[in-house]
Amino acid sequence: MADCSVETRNLVKRHGAATAVDRVSLQIGRGEFFSILGPSGAGKTSVLRLLAGFERPDEGEVLIEGCPMTGVPPHRRPVNLVFQSYALFPHLTVFQNVAFGLEMRRLPGAEIESRVRAALEMVKLEKQRTRLPSQLSGGEQQRVALARALVNRPAVVLLDEPLAALDQQLRQEMQVELKAIQEQVGVTMVCVTHHQEEALIMSDRVAVMDRGRVLQVGRPRDIYETPASLFVARFVGLSNELTGSVVKLEQGLCGVDPSGLASFRPIMVRCLQDLAIGDRVTVVLRPERVRLSTDLPPPGCENVLAARVEKTIYSGHELHYLLRLSDQVLWKARVANGAGDLKRFAAGEQVFVRWNADEGIVLRA
Amino acid sequence: MSTPAASGSTATGSDGNGSLARYPGWILAPGLCWAVLFFFVPLLIVLAVSFASRGTYGGVLWTFSLTNYVNLLHPLYFRIFGRSIFFAAVTTALCLVLGFPLAYYIARLPRRRQGLWLVLVLIPFWTNFLVRTYAWMFILRTEGVINKLLMGAGLIDAPIELLYSDAAVLLGLVYGYLPFMVLPLYAAVERLDPALVEAACDLYASRWSVFRRVVLPLTKPGVIAGCLLVFMPSLGAFITPDLLGGARSMMVGNLIQHEYLVVRDWPLGSALSFVLMGVLIAAMAVYYRIDAGMNQEGSRR
Repeated sequence: MADCSVETRNLVKRHGAATAVDRVSLQIGRGEFFSILGPSGAGKTSVLRLLAGFERPDEGEVLIEGCPMTGVPPHRRPVNLVFQSYALFPHLTVFQNVAFGLEMRRLPGAEIESRVRAALEMVKLEKQRTRLPSQLSGGEQQRVALARALVNRPAVVLLDEPLAALDQQLRQEMQVELKAIQEQVGVTMVCVTHHQEEALIMSDRVAVMDRGRVLQVGRPRDIYETPASLFVARFVGLSNELTGSVVKLEQGLCGVDPSGLASFRPIMVRCLQDLAIGDRVTVVLRPERVRLSTDLPPPGCENVLAARVEKTIYSGHELHYLLRLSDQVLWKARVANGAGDLKRFAAGEQVFVRWNADEGIVLRA
Repeated sequence: MSTPAASGSTATGSDGNGSLARYPGWILAPGLCWAVLFFFVPLLIVLAVSFASRGTYGGVLWTFSLTNYVNLLHPLYFRIFGRSIFFAAVTTALCLVLGFPLAYYIARLPRRRQGLWLVLVLIPFWTNFLVRTYAWMFILRTEGVINKLLMGAGLIDAPIELLYSDAAVLLGLVYGYLPFMVLPLYAAVERLDPALVEAACDLYASRWSVFRRVVLPLTKPGVIAGCLLVFMPSLGAFITPDLLGGARSMMVGNLIQHEYLVVRDWPLGSALSFVLMGVLIAAMAVYYRIDAGMNQEGSRR
């Protein structure tokens, strides 16, 4: 990639016998908000620490703005890290914390003053400049940590679970604000998170990692709607699944005969992998794609399965249903509260589950 | 003298801690009684004696006068005090320079290996201080281990005079008090969040800047505690200068011991003891003044 801000080539990091990072090759464009998403222990923080220079790769290399970073210590890399714990210096004021990097680079005092002021303005903390970190709320500390990184105008800002310590509401506000600041400054951001919704909301592209490997890289929509593997499908969101075998293949669609379910005809879903008749596969459907009705819908291009409502959950903005399709298969449905044709179902009711062929996908089991 | 003082400060310190505040005041009583009976009262006696005068055969005559203190204005005593302060200061500085890397190293080891290292630091305490100082004499004397090794290797023809020198005294003092520096420093570094050091590295700080701007300010309580714990006993030390320094190297501690046990001039010895205490308190006051000033300046922006 010509306009590459961060590039890793076959990065490997071992901790004893365990391989924390396993041949990771990423190309992150300039000005991109790139997230590394994965469960804990996936190696995503190790990748971040390799980029920051706190750890040395056992194999492979890191390039930042085209320059190889092998042997370059953290304090000489054009990257700044926002720590999960923020790591604000407790003995320095907000101003001194933000000014730290500029002072270390021996910038003239007037420039430090103006740049720190601008950075504090951006994160709306001008009034707190003389406070100590211990006198700030969690959200304010998070902003100081962000300002302390951005003020240096690095090529890349690295974020380690940046919003993990914030409560739900503040977290949602900061997701939007962080993305807005990133777009305004135009800096490349690489963010590590285990929170799938956060990654989808903020990122231009997401890499899903598990056990040291990158499983899929793509735009949030690609990751969510066309996951490349069952792991990605399950990790990036709730998924309803049906196993079966391929009985029909036509025009990018795949017909699946679900094992153990009485189906009127093959279930038709999108096919993204190279499959053959007879392959064992799993049909994946997101809960918000499930539509419910009491009457058998007229035959059309929809998939229809019979189910019994096992439980209904009211979450305010959504209604959740647990649907029993068979002894082994339990599906979830989520219906927006306030949708035009909302009909509520009670536990024990017999319903029909419907969805269009292009709403589900099929993955090799 | 540091033991009763330390236990007293711990007891009062717990008052400020909310979770311990519910303990009744009488739990102070045992420690307080001990301190008053065996520390404060004897101190008052010494104070009283310092204003008395020496009897012809070494007894104490209870005549109030400032003579002992006036006599201490003699340049000889100034020299000995100056020398003692210098030795104690150099000892403290050497302990700090040697102890900080050691404490930092131990505090950054995996937790299960820290214990072993701390025990290694403390092992010398399992042996009597006097015995350990004699051991140094065996190492340093002209027929000692070092001279034998050097001569055996053919590096020197005649033994070098290692013992009975200022260097030997400093060596002995640093050896004796290094653990007092390492332990509080270890506790301070152990509490330091490693992420702060990484954050400073990430923000372009060199190793030296990381130390000066982040590690040192945040471990300052440990540095202060360590310096006080080393400076105070080294200022009053008498075994080490006596055995390793010989007759030429007299420090305040030796002088006081000399006045009490050899000359049997208890009043002058007592006056010396109180001047020594005064010097220590003054040194601490100056230190805290400087420290408070720096803190104020530091948080101005």
